[in-house]
Amino acid sequence: MTNSDAKRSDGLALEVSNLVKKYGEFTALKGISFGMKEGEVFGLIGPNGAGKTTALRIISTILRITSGSVRMFGIDVGREPHEARKILSYLPEDAGAYKNLTGNEYLEFIARFFSDDTEDVRKITSKGVAIASLGDRMNDKVDTYSKGMARRLLVARALMIEPRVAILDELTSGLDVMNAQEIRRIVKDTSKRGTTVLLSSHNMLEVELMCDRIALINDGLIVEMGTPMELKERHNAGNVEEVFTRVIR
Amino acid sequence: MNSTMNILRKEIREMLTKSTILPVVLLALLFGGMGSMIGGVEEQVSRPPIVGVINNDGDGLSLLAETTISERAEVVYDGSSVEEGITAVDDAGGVALLQIPDDFTESIYNDEPGTIRIFWIMEGTGLLDSVPSSAVENVLWYVNRDISVQLIEMNSTANASFALNPTARDETTILGDREMDGISPGTIASLLSPQSLMMPIVIMMLIMAAGGTVISSMGMEKENKTLETLLTLPVKRGSIVTGKLAASAVVGLLMAAIYMVGMSYYMGSLGTSSDLDLAQFDLTLSAIDYAIVGASLFITLLAALALCMVLGTFAKNYKSAQTLTMPIVIMAMVPMFLLMFKDFGTLPLPAQLLVFAIPFSHPMMAMRGLMFDDYALVVGGLLYVSAFAIAMMAVTIWIFKTDRLLTGRIGKKVEGRRMGRFPILEFLLGHRRDS
Repeated sequence: MTNSDAKRSDGLALEVSNLVKKYGEFTALKGISFGMKEGEVFGLIGPNGAGKTTALRIISTILRITSGSVRMFGIDVGREPHEARKILSYLPEDAGAYKNLTGNEYLEFIARFFSDDTEDVRKITSKGVAIASLGDRMNDKVDTYSKGMARRLLVARALMIEPRVAILDELTSGLDVMNAQEIRRIVKDTSKRGTTVLLSSHNMLEVELMCDRIALINDGLIVEMGTPMELKERHNAGNVEEVFTRVIR
Repeated sequence: MNSTMNILRKEIREMLTKSTILPVVLLALLFGGMGSMIGGVEEQVSRPPIVGVINNDGDGLSLLAETTISERAEVVYDGSSVEEGITAVDDAGGVALLQIPDDFTESIYNDEPGTIRIFWIMEGTGLLDSVPSSAVENVLWYVNRDISVQLIEMNSTANASFALNPTARDETTILGDREMDGISPGTIASLLSPQSLMMPIVIMMLIMAAGGTVISSMGMEKENKTLETLLTLPVKRGSIVTGKLAASAVVGLLMAAIYMVGMSYYMGSLGTSSDLDLAQFDLTLSAIDYAIVGASLFITLLAALALCMVLGTFAKNYKSAQTLTMPIVIMAMVPMFLLMFKDFGTLPLPAQLLVFAIPFSHPMMAMRGLMFDDYALVVGGLLYVSAFAIAMMAVTIWIFKTDRLLTGRIGKKVEGRRMGRFPILEFLLGHRRDS
């Protein structure tokens, strides 16, 4: 299912080269480049309107590339978006689920896009149920879920298919501390099993805790990149938040 | 009080937007247009009707009848040939050829009704198409009255009942190539009223119900933030479009079926009993005709849904989706009203072009078209609607492959500036794109 269709990579799980995105006369991305190794957790941080979501949407195949390229395990995302969709999973910042479905029905609905085999669908759904950890509430309609429960369900949706690349925008947006910690743990475990994670967040602590490397994007350009330790040393900062404020200022 | 005014101002500002005003203005214009058309018919009725007269009697009461006719109608033919008379009246845009038989006067003096033979020339079968014939009915009433007065003045009959009704009629209605004996245009219009009224209403309801569903579905996908996820799943854009269209078609058909049941009971309760039946006049549909009507309905539904899908891609949320149904409602209402009252063939040319261009018109016209063997209109319409449906589906799939679905961009320029490729949509939505 998800992993078997991918083509041979050139060593990198994700390779973004000179990516430019224009909306009419407005240039949202001005030529960003970065690469990710398989199993790596990579953070894309930046102020509001810097171009993070645009970059994530392009990598997720839902926005078209103006120029440059994105390769995912050797697949040209611009030319073969359908192939890329088989191995990626995208969790938008303010994603929602179909409110008339129960948690179980929603996960099964998504699973059916990844396999025609009933047994496979059952396995994928079971994995999602385990990740969501919502117990009996999985039989209730999504409409009745709290924000935290809905987010857990969506994270489960994104990770249950064991994507080769998971693109997570504001992973713990709107979650309380306990829920956020649990979700971070789940994502970390998933990356340890080989999933490459591209993460965007305004929560600098989360980025510092989770990411192997970080790219700081501002006004459509990557202005800084490295491991959290490298960045802190480079800017003589105590944490990533200080790095952020110093670079952006 | 100030607080109340404050809330009042805010509420009015929210309710009175361009997108709420424009549809009302368009509807007002639409009904204004309908009113002027109906006003035109009234004017037509108040003018003397155009007729032809053949007087085979040429004596006594027939001359009185002829005089009455010429005083109250515009006579464009006064000869002896039925064929020539019909052609002359038809060419002059007239309503009927009235033939007074050679025994007219003699019959009346023998206390037998003088029969006037009427050849009605009916242009269409809409509710208003039979209205001009009522002006001729009025003339015939005067003929009857004048002869009645003459009989009473001459004291020529002892039969009071006959003296009041000395004339009778024998009528044939000519509609296109078809001649129907013993039936008047009014009766034909009344027999065909289920087709005239029911079909346009049902089709309008079907399109509004199914179209509203598909537009709302797109609005809900955006409002509930499920669209982005859907677009990143390994499913072809064509499958998404097809799935949504098929679901809306099923729901729309179900809604229309429920509506039709209720409506048929309602119409049935209004109907009058009649000994006449459409089969007597060969006004029935064959199995092939029904298949063509079904095909027309199905393809039109597909075209409507594909158009709604295109509109739905511009919906930002459920509320804006509701606004976007307005063009569909208007497009369905225009042919519904026009075709309810007039036949396609009797509409003015601009109205004909408009009705033909609106794909929803074609199933509304199909049944009557097939009944009167107007296959060119029906098949031509079917081909046009098929091309329209294919084009709309292609546009929908294309939109699904572009950024427009997410960014909602309908112009080339950036936020705050207008581009005008889709100015009406932009106006309806009061659109500003997301950054």
